[in-house]
Amino acid sequence: MAEFRTCPDTGFKIDLNADKLIKWNAVTAVVFLLIGGLFGLLVALTRWPAVHLLDADLFYLALTAHGLDVLLVWCIFFEIALLYFTSAILLNARMVFPKIAWIGYWMMLIGALITNVAVLRGDSSVMFTSYPPMMAAQDFYLGIILFAVGALLGCLVFFATLHVARKEKTYEGSIPLVTFGAMTAAIIAVFTILSGAIILVPTWFWSLGLLSHIDTIMYRVIWWGMGHSSQQVNVAAQIACWYAIAAILFGAKPLSEKVSRTAFLLYILFLQLASAHHLLVDPGLSSEYKIFNTSYALYLAVLGSMIHGLTVPGAIEAAQRKKGLNKGLFEWLTKAPWGNPVFAGMALSVVLFGFLGGISGVMMGTEQLNLITHNTIYVPGHFHGTVVVGTTLTFMAISYWIVPTLWQKELVFPGLAKWQPYLFGIGMGLAATFMMGAGTLGVPRRHWDMTFADSAMGFDFPAAANLMMGLNGVAAVMGSIGAAIFILNMVGTILWGKAKVPAAAAPAEEAPAEPNVTGAATSYGSAGTMEVPGTFVLAMIFLVSFVLYYFVNWKYLSSVWGLS
Amino acid sequence: MSDFDTGPGGTDEKIPFMQQLLDSPLLLLVIGIVSPMVLYIVWGVMETIAIPLAQ
Ligand code: HEM
Ligand SMILES: [Cu+2]
Repeated sequence: MAEFRTCPDTGFKIDLNADKLIKWNAVTAVVFLLIGGLFGLLVALTRWPAVHLLDADLFYLALTAHGLDVLLVWCIFFEIALLYFTSAILLNARMVFPKIAWIGYWMMLIGALITNVAVLRGDSSVMFTSYPPMMAAQDFYLGIILFAVGALLGCLVFFATLHVARKEKTYEGSIPLVTFGAMTAAIIAVFTILSGAIILVPTWFWSLGLLSHIDTIMYRVIWWGMGHSSQQVNVAAQIACWYAIAAILFGAKPLSEKVSRTAFLLYILFLQLASAHHLLVDPGLSSEYKIFNTSYALYLAVLGSMIHGLTVPGAIEAAQRKKGLNKGLFEWLTKAPWGNPVFAGMALSVVLFGFLGGISGVMMGTEQLNLITHNTIYVPGHFHGTVVVGTTLTFMAISYWIVPTLWQKELVFPGLAKWQPYLFGIGMGLAATFMMGAGTLGVPRRHWDMTFADSAMGFDFPAAANLMMGLNGVAAVMGSIGAAIFILNMVGTILWGKAKVPAAAAPAEEAPAEPNVTGAATSYGSAGTMEVPGTFVLAMIFLVSFVLYYFVNWKYLSSVWGLS
Repeated sequence: MSDFDTGPGGTDEKIPFMQQLLDSPLLLLVIGIVSPMVLYIVWGVMETIAIPLAQ
């Protein structure tokens, strides 16, 4: 039978199985962020022309390990923790099938270790996309398959817990929006894992010698069903966290629960189709296929993101105005708790994700414009704008709340924590920007030596491109310091943090921790107002930048092609 | 699907279609798998198979 404890901060009834599983998954995630982040730093230092740290073999090894450990292992372990949190805990429910959840955990961990060993051995530097005809050692694929099946078990436990919570009526009405967002992530995850199984199992057989041939185009089509969709799992999970943080810190309710849920529905319907934007220059696929999947469908998914981008700050504005922060357009924002890393991380990620990741994504996802930047370092620039300053920064932000709350400990380095989101967010935001700048000038991605020193035909990039790759290195160092501080703070808090003094003690100066977390995050309901003028002004600024950048790129395309 | 018949409070009022849809994880899961399977994977695989092989 399930056992519970009551959280002294939030009043949540916490299933002890869920408690333990959330902790283990989250800690494992952070460990892999450390490993993967280190490899990222090595990669960035190698791509800094004046430093050029690693030799070619080690560079591709580090790049493979980086992509796998951060994109796959860090994000997905953290997301499994979030799935358990948003189901069992936010719904006040018991966790169903904890044994299966543990089997899933161990499969993921063992799978991740197997693949890491294969990569570190040096015979599997195929990068995380592992396109045939490049072949990795068989255990490289085996590890990923184990990891994916483990994650699928996690999704199963999540859906089962939702189902039982509903049956046992542990909550009233519809599930809260945060849980709905997590469910969106879980739904996309199931499709992601199925696509992965369809292609990676045969590829594994191929590496074992049981199959003679894997078709490259076929591989790319199906693999990106997994590769792209897994990014949409990240987006959905990250947005669920935004709503959660707005609720926890401000008691904010969504402006309209219906509109926000519909925006998540747009994700479920359309986001995964945009996988085709990875195939825009692939031969053999028709324009109808490419354009249907990347324009008509993609724009509807982007509409979903813009709705969230509007309603998350809108919900905060509405909540702040209710508390009397009504002066002018922006008092609600200037008086927000900018020194609290939970808020600062989330606010930065909303802005950076929109401006850096969002706008560049729509640009590149347009069939014609894609040609400007295809396979250049603009692409990593774009996705460090989504998955790093968006997802990773958001996960860091919510960790500053989850870890002290679940472990009931004080942060060990609260002073450092204040600066951490800015260091990491601005550092990696700059890195993304410089990579995009260099990519616009044609610098390739996944390339060990942009001077082409030992190639038959040389090519000189403009000096600005070299400069930007250098600045990218500097920014990456700044971001890495930010990441290191986060990891230090989390591990330190768990290991050596002082136990929290129960309730009574005054709340931390800047965090207006609302006792009504339980209310806003765990129930269905809207703020009941649309009076958010500040948010509309911000949204207009975003839209204008978006449109300008988009059309500037069309202009630029015309000059690249030189048709006149 | 018994989930569809009664509202949160167990009232007899007709629940709007959209709300029924959004309240049903199973239905959403099916849609979220079938739609990209057909429009992205199956369509893409069919086009790939249709590419003639070099002789
Ligand atoms: C410590 C912070 C980080 C630094 C300094 C960093 C730096 C870099 C650099 C310079 C590249 C290489 C681009 C190339 O040569 O093509 C890269 C690739 C990549 N990064 Fe990061 N990154 C960091 C964090 C992250 C995080 C947190 C994620 C995901 C959550 C991530 C995901 C990726 C992926 C998927 C690639 C592509 C690998 C490939 O092309 O195979 N990075 N990163
Ligand atoms: Cu994509």
